[in-house]
Amino acid sequence: MTTPKQSDEDKRTADVIVIGGGIHGCSAALHLVRRGVSVIVLEKDYVGRHASGVNAGGVRRLGRDLAEVPLAQASYEYWRDMPALVDDDCGYRATRYLKVARSESDMDAARQRVAELNARGFTHEDVIDQKTLRGFLPAAASHCVGALHVDGDGSALPFQTTQAFKRRAQKLGVVFHEETPVLDIQRRAGNWRVDTPIGAFEAPTVVNAAGAWGGVLAAKLGDDVPLKAHAPMLAITARMPPFATAVVGALSGALSFKQFENGTVLIGGGVRGRAFPDTNRTALDMKGMSQFLSTARDIFPIMKRANIVRTWAGIEGYTPDNLPIISAGREAGIVHAFGFSAHGFQLAPGVGEFVADLATGATPKLSLDAFNVSRFQQLGPA
Amino acid sequence: MFKRVIDETASDVVFDFEGTEVTARNGESVAAALLGAGVLSFRQTPVKDRARGPFCMMGVCFDCLMVIDGQPNRQACQVRAASGMKVARQIGAAELTLDQADPA
Amino acid sequence: MSFDIIIIGAGPAGMSAAITASDSGAKVLLLDDQPTPGGQIYRAIEAAGDKQANILGPDYMAGKPLAEKMRALNIEYVSDASVWQVTDEREVGYSTGGQARLVTAPAVILATGAMERPFPIKGWTLPGVMMAGAAQTMLKTSGLAAEGAIFAGCGPLLYLVAHQYLQAGVTISAIVDTTAKANRIPALSHLPGALKRWDLLLKGQKWQSEIRKSGTRIIDDVSALRVLGETKAEGLSVNTAGAWLDIKSEHVFLHQGVVPNVNLSFAAGLDHSWDERQLCWRPDTDTWCGASIDGIFVAGDGGGIGGGLAARAEGEIAALGALGKLGLIDTTTRDARAKSARATLSRELCIRPFLDTWFRPSDSFRVPIDDDAIICRCEELSLKDIRDTIEIGLVGPNQLKSFCRAGMGPCQGRFCGLTVQELIAKQTKRTAADVGYYRLRPPIKPLRLEELANLQIDDDT
Repeated sequence: MTTPKQSDEDKRTADVIVIGGGIHGCSAALHLVRRGVSVIVLEKDYVGRHASGVNAGGVRRLGRDLAEVPLAQASYEYWRDMPALVDDDCGYRATRYLKVARSESDMDAARQRVAELNARGFTHEDVIDQKTLRGFLPAAASHCVGALHVDGDGSALPFQTTQAFKRRAQKLGVVFHEETPVLDIQRRAGNWRVDTPIGAFEAPTVVNAAGAWGGVLAAKLGDDVPLKAHAPMLAITARMPPFATAVVGALSGALSFKQFENGTVLIGGGVRGRAFPDTNRTALDMKGMSQFLSTARDIFPIMKRANIVRTWAGIEGYTPDNLPIISAGREAGIVHAFGFSAHGFQLAPGVGEFVADLATGATPKLSLDAFNVSRFQQLGPA
Repeated sequence: MFKRVIDETASDVVFDFEGTEVTARNGESVAAALLGAGVLSFRQTPVKDRARGPFCMMGVCFDCLMVIDGQPNRQACQVRAASGMKVARQIGAAELTLDQADPA
Repeated sequence: MSFDIIIIGAGPAGMSAAITASDSGAKVLLLDDQPTPGGQIYRAIEAAGDKQANILGPDYMAGKPLAEKMRALNIEYVSDASVWQVTDEREVGYSTGGQARLVTAPAVILATGAMERPFPIKGWTLPGVMMAGAAQTMLKTSGLAAEGAIFAGCGPLLYLVAHQYLQAGVTISAIVDTTAKANRIPALSHLPGALKRWDLLLKGQKWQSEIRKSGTRIIDDVSALRVLGETKAEGLSVNTAGAWLDIKSEHVFLHQGVVPNVNLSFAAGLDHSWDERQLCWRPDTDTWCGASIDGIFVAGDGGGIGGGLAARAEGEIAALGALGKLGLIDTTTRDARAKSARATLSRELCIRPFLDTWFRPSDSFRVPIDDDAIICRCEELSLKDIRDTIEIGLVGPNQLKSFCRAGMGPCQGRFCGLTVQELIAKQTKRTAADVGYYRLRPPIKPLRLEELANLQIDDDT
């Protein structure tokens, strides 16, 4: 493990303070330090403790809101060579992503989607027929008639990925303070002064990558965001013999489904448990979980005999329109990067680059208008 | 070898273990019956293919996992032996058939 | 059918709680995962007769009247019920006959008991190696005993089972006693309290002297153990008085104490504290066995090791606490009724500090030193595997879990959690309490997807 030098550990000032050691915070920190910017990351628990470390690990462009597609494409370019970015393969496997159609109306919706994308110049998604689907997923039930498909999408290991960003950033000189919550943040002579239990830190620019806690932090920074914390749930099975290499969703019915190389199957989808962000606690809803387990069983009858060995939920922040906030704040020296509404993992490598742009006054190569924090100003706080 | 030191109840449960008949006492677990019949190894592990047998006999160690009547991952120490049962060692990850005809 | 009190576990604490609750007119649901009541200590007690009495002894047989009394109650007793969750809103999830159900009540009593502490020595995963409690269970449920077995470890249960084997006329190859002599002086400071129960001390002495008189080989001054054999157990290699000694046997029974089975209590979100004397986690409880979440109670060994009679007393106290909370009895009645149980509990617990200290398992047997000793049995991870992962800079069991899968197998950390915690503490120079435990979630036992997908909610209809 590369440990920052003693003098770095004691540093109280930097060019940028990143608040939140999830994947977005770590990605922003890495992109910044690559440009010679000095960074301190403050994380209230440990890196990857929350949504970043416990999500389903989907690395997909498939099914994204149209506004997010360019972001996902930009991130995809990084995913294609993660060792170059973070010196770790992150467990990334481009096994393809399929959103299964279980009816003709599902197929119609899929075709419509592709047409909509094509009209905007996006060609990464296509519709496959039942025969092709069978070729990719021989275990799919007979009423699965096709799918929306992206070759090159896949999955990665979220905790390993987040840790890899952290380690690489540390190696390049980013200082991380874990178990260091932000108690308060104030303007102080052109800088932001951030108070923590281990003392104060100062920087001209702060990045709000505080995930489900991003709304509370944004309010302290003068930006009101109606962010809500929920707990998306996941279930994992005991090892099963290999039967599905692709990552699978469903066109009607929330589902995320993947079988790992070790044979275990991870299932999630839509229904959320209760989140208690103040105490880092989540409460699961087993009745709700049974819904996406039913969907999994419907698509893969073999799952009837699967054993669920564990379930969990992460604490994630959701915006009213389910689009993230990636923008400068109202006051100077603020960049927001939170509110990814349970689909931020794949976006992180690319978003970090744009956050670094915003933090250094460079112009991002994509439009981030759809993600501006000001879109909530009329709505007020949650 | 495990031997019966209290031998009062009739052994009238007979089940199949990989083609061999095993007798069990009424109410006895599959694990106890197999141990009584001299079987010490109940499965091969999925990661390193090592032999495992029952360990805690109270349902908390999950080392006695066997395929019972076609259902894998059953704790043999928690399953009461019944006549006509089919019991087999679990080799690696549970074997499941990809039967397309399985109704959803 | 709606219930006032749901009791999980039909061992001494659970049965006792059911009796107390039912006597005051509460509607009780008693759930237990075995086909017949008794928990571990009174396993198969209903079928026990004179032959069992001779071998297993009067403490075991004392469970019979308790089971009879429970059976006579007007309660809903569901056997073969596997409880897989209790939520912070007292929603109990359980499966019976392949059907998963949810049921809620204003009070839930967890009486899920204890399990044996892990004993991670090289070769402990080989077929033929079992826990001493497993040997006792087989005697109780099947009348089966292993000829020429080796019993290794420390703690009252080890000697109890060995004694029961001898009563049954079964030869024991050796008893390998790992009790550390270094425990004696610290234990003696607790002797005054223990002497109040000179009857129990005498009983223990009696077993020991009968075992010695039988001519059974007893080896002590043990600093290390390794199971012999490659594909199955062939014996035990013992380092005694500085030299290795091999003892041959197909059967090795290990034991170094019991600890609360905390998977359900942790998964329910209850607060726990580390008990440095018993070297285990215990749910925090008040004087009515009430846990940190309102309406949830913990009685018996699941709350801290005290033995069968202490468990019975706690069952009464927890039930009275629940009845009082529900307003089914007034507090004056409740307090008066609890007096006798409190006196029993006090009597039973006064010997614990002495026993816990005298039989404290040594550091080297709790945290192994053999690189290839398996730590996580389910995921087949060795001491070296775990140590290497800690080296990369991880500070807790949950980070470790995410990195190398330790604790991610079906046993959900029951047989590696304490070891991993102490290993991390040792390697990162922190206290075990500081390091913490695996984050546990439901289902606390694997559940078929089919069952969970078909989940049924029990309501008033």
